[in-house]
Amino acid sequence: MPDNFLPTGVEYLRFLPEIILTVVGALIMLIEGMAGDRPRRAASGTLAILAIVLAIGASIAAGAHPGYAFSNMLIVDGFATFFRVLVLVVALLTVLISFQYLDREHASAGDFFALILFSVTGQCVMAAANELIMIFIGLEISSIATYVLAGFLRDDKRNNEAAIKYFLLGSFATAFFLYGIAWIYGVTGTTNLSQIRYALLSQDISSNYVLIGVAAALMMVGFAFKVSAAPFQIWAPDVYQGAPAPVSAFMSAGPKAAAFAIFVRVYMTAFQPLSSRWEPFVWASALLTMVVGNFAALTQTNIKRMLAYSSIANAGYVMVAIATHSEIGAAAVMFYLAAYALMNVGAFAVVTHFSRQGERYVEIEDLAGLAWKQPVTAGLFTIFLLSFVGVPLTAGFFGKFYIFKAALDGGFTWLAILGLLNSAVAAFYYIRILVVMYMKEPGEAAADLQPLAPGVGIALWGSAIGTLVLGIFPSLILNYARASTVFGH
Amino acid sequence: MTLLDYVLLLPLAAFLISLVLPNDNPANLRRFTLGASIVVFLASLSLIGPFWFASPRGWVFETNLPWISSPVIRYHVALDGLSLWLVLLTTLLTPIAVLCSWKYIDSRVKQFHAFLLLLEFGLIGVFVSLDLFLFYAFWEICLVPMYFLIGVWGHERRIYAAVKFFLYTMAGSVLMLAAIIFIYNRAGTFDYTRILANLSSGALRFTRVEEFWLFLAFFFAFAIKVPLFPLHTWLPDAHVEAPTAGSIMLASVMLKMGTYGLLRYCVVLFPRAARENAGWIAVLAIVGIVYGALVAMVQPNMKKLVAYSSVSHLGFVVLGIFSFTQAGFDGAVYQMLNHGISTGALFLLVGFLYERTHSLDISAYGGVATPAPKLATVFMITMLASIGLPTLNNFIGEYLVLQGVATVNMQWTSFAALGVILSACYMLWLYQRVFLGKTHEHASHPMFDLSPREWAAALPLLVMMVWMGIFSQSFLPPVSSVNAQILARSRTSLEMQVQRRETGPRLIIASLENLFRAR
Repeated sequence: MPDNFLPTGVEYLRFLPEIILTVVGALIMLIEGMAGDRPRRAASGTLAILAIVLAIGASIAAGAHPGYAFSNMLIVDGFATFFRVLVLVVALLTVLISFQYLDREHASAGDFFALILFSVTGQCVMAAANELIMIFIGLEISSIATYVLAGFLRDDKRNNEAAIKYFLLGSFATAFFLYGIAWIYGVTGTTNLSQIRYALLSQDISSNYVLIGVAAALMMVGFAFKVSAAPFQIWAPDVYQGAPAPVSAFMSAGPKAAAFAIFVRVYMTAFQPLSSRWEPFVWASALLTMVVGNFAALTQTNIKRMLAYSSIANAGYVMVAIATHSEIGAAAVMFYLAAYALMNVGAFAVVTHFSRQGERYVEIEDLAGLAWKQPVTAGLFTIFLLSFVGVPLTAGFFGKFYIFKAALDGGFTWLAILGLLNSAVAAFYYIRILVVMYMKEPGEAAADLQPLAPGVGIALWGSAIGTLVLGIFPSLILNYARASTVFGH
Repeated sequence: MTLLDYVLLLPLAAFLISLVLPNDNPANLRRFTLGASIVVFLASLSLIGPFWFASPRGWVFETNLPWISSPVIRYHVALDGLSLWLVLLTTLLTPIAVLCSWKYIDSRVKQFHAFLLLLEFGLIGVFVSLDLFLFYAFWEICLVPMYFLIGVWGHERRIYAAVKFFLYTMAGSVLMLAAIIFIYNRAGTFDYTRILANLSSGALRFTRVEEFWLFLAFFFAFAIKVPLFPLHTWLPDAHVEAPTAGSIMLASVMLKMGTYGLLRYCVVLFPRAARENAGWIAVLAIVGIVYGALVAMVQPNMKKLVAYSSVSHLGFVVLGIFSFTQAGFDGAVYQMLNHGISTGALFLLVGFLYERTHSLDISAYGGVATPAPKLATVFMITMLASIGLPTLNNFIGEYLVLQGVATVNMQWTSFAALGVILSACYMLWLYQRVFLGKTHEHASHPMFDLSPREWAAALPLLVMMVWMGIFSQSFLPPVSSVNAQILARSRTSLEMQVQRRETGPRLIIASLENLFRAR
């Protein structure tokens, strides 16, 4: 027991990103309330961007003072800082592509940006959480805000469907997760990750083996749902398809990255002693996720739905790296999620740009002739798609490369080979989009396409440059990732 | 920065510049690309320097810079006698590809030329990389521009052909990537020269089973690219649908990526597996020679005919490599270059015919020699070169291959020689049907003779056919010295081999057991 429960100054610094985000989020709600009927889109959006940029700065500053905060409830280490910055960048890109979208859909805006900020607060907490209750709180903050975002256009029936599906199934998943926490607490008497690890290592667990197994399984169900890993991926296509395009971009990158962050942290610290037990389950789930995602994506005609299945398949690749439960595997997870976030948000930004009011044009065929009409947009989209395929000199290639290298290092030869073959299958549905964009005559959908809105343009160029930079100089992130995957056991 | 770096990076720079050039004047774009590719060609000519008087042992123009720190990937490029001519082949054919697209390509001119330059960059990179990872990166980069060249500017079934091309190659190369990572985990490096050094010193050793699977993973990727029978089915589609420039680059240079890979990687890194599997590979190569020739004979489409003739010609290259003789290796390399020149020229001339009549069907032609005698003459020389007439280039390559194979297995030689005879049949018959006989009236498409631009594209290839056919000694010495090293390396490992031969099925079962045990 510490003598003094008051946190020290440096502990506030370690929590500063969340503080900034919460305060500004609340501020936006206040402004929105006072503004009455007049929309304050630009002001709220700018405020949100400012808050996110400040929070990125604060995360980096906090990362310079690593350590625990608030009685070991939070941990700020390289891993946490990495994921904080990652989810914040995703939020930043999302805000940038939302401006035009909200205008177009005549949606009130302030609460949208506030919800993004709250959701990303939750994800930052998840990234830095060091014990199960904090993880749960972060997960709930992030999820509840995201449920609302998924149904943001409340008059749109697909939005409603997406929100209600996401909410119901998501609540189940968090309930599973919470139940798992309760069991773990019952067996080990703690919710702190490293103490759970010590408990599992020290005490004779043979009598409690079933209890621990059930607890780990319950928690894995929760995680698998949040990262849309098979067999808990069913919700993802409907939700991504139904939600507003910028929200789909956000959901498929931010909350997913944060969920993977806690997945890795919990299973690499608390459940590390049981790795030989959970490894086969992750292995099987990884394979199933890749196969289900890729083969279902082959037949999709709606681009949002296709990207949803692609997102499932990509979760499968990440699971491959987790199955190796090695430090190099964890580094591969970090790299891949960064690469994936950039290319996926980029792809959804193109969809946002192209779909027009009411998301009329979301069929893959609608993209016909985009390369004739807007060669630059098509060129940037090509970079994201080639990165998904895994062509060298793109971030996606090194992401896959590191994952399958980790798998081969860990002796998972078959998983690596099956994963590589999967990625060859995946090439088919990604290049189908290239076919439509470049090799078909422009259709009705391309006819009245407006030039890129500034926000979307910045987001597109930013993620494209990021994709290429990570593809040419992967060491920039990988060295950092490798240095920060040594978990404080 | 050595000269080689400039030759490699100039096309990349030109590609980047072409992206920002204004789109409104296609003529300027064409001139820019032509100028850039000619500059690259001239620069690459000076690469011959060190090889002029003597064949240097080892690598020249070597650059070895760190690129990625973990895993250690280096920008390591260098040139030897084997890669020298393939680089020159690439730089020679790129301006020709630009020239033949001058009128042919009139939509999205900027993108077309940008992709052509990117392709040149990738191809040169494949031939000069000395880092397995770098090699793989270039290998994959080549895929993208070629995919677009076929898919955007091709004929009716272009999309099907482009997607098939992409998926075939992709499927082959992912397994090669797995093998490359496996080698890295063993050797601790991607560096080709260090892996070789470790292999010869015994610091790096693969078990028989490992070597077999690694060989197979590399071989599969290369065999698709070559293409070796029965993995060739993507090739006729890709060729028929591609625009002329795409066909030229595909046939003349891209297919050589596969044969180059076989010689540079498969044979050298996995000498034992390469020798043990030489039997069935040679048989597949011979089947390819005969099958390709027979199928070419019955094609109604000129491009498809030339495409199947490529399958046949490339069979000679593979056969030469897996004969493990000096003459076989030399012939194989020479044949790579010959095929690049003569098949490139055939596609070029077929493209000229297509520009005149907009038809690739042989039956749509007849008596072309009357209105276009110069075109007919050029086509005849090219055709004779392709058949393997003495004093023209293909003869030397085919002769060397057959001589090398004859010292190993006489039966193989006789079957392969059948391919030479068959090639005379389909080529002469093609020539007869298109250029001789009754003139078809093309009211809407008058037949006319070669224009100066077309001469400029065809003449360098004609000169090369004659030069390579008469003065083979200007080309062969650097190649031979590299081949001698490869052969010596392969022999040494053969002598080191003490284990008893295992039969195929037992090898596979043993390796499966091994993999499961590793898990």
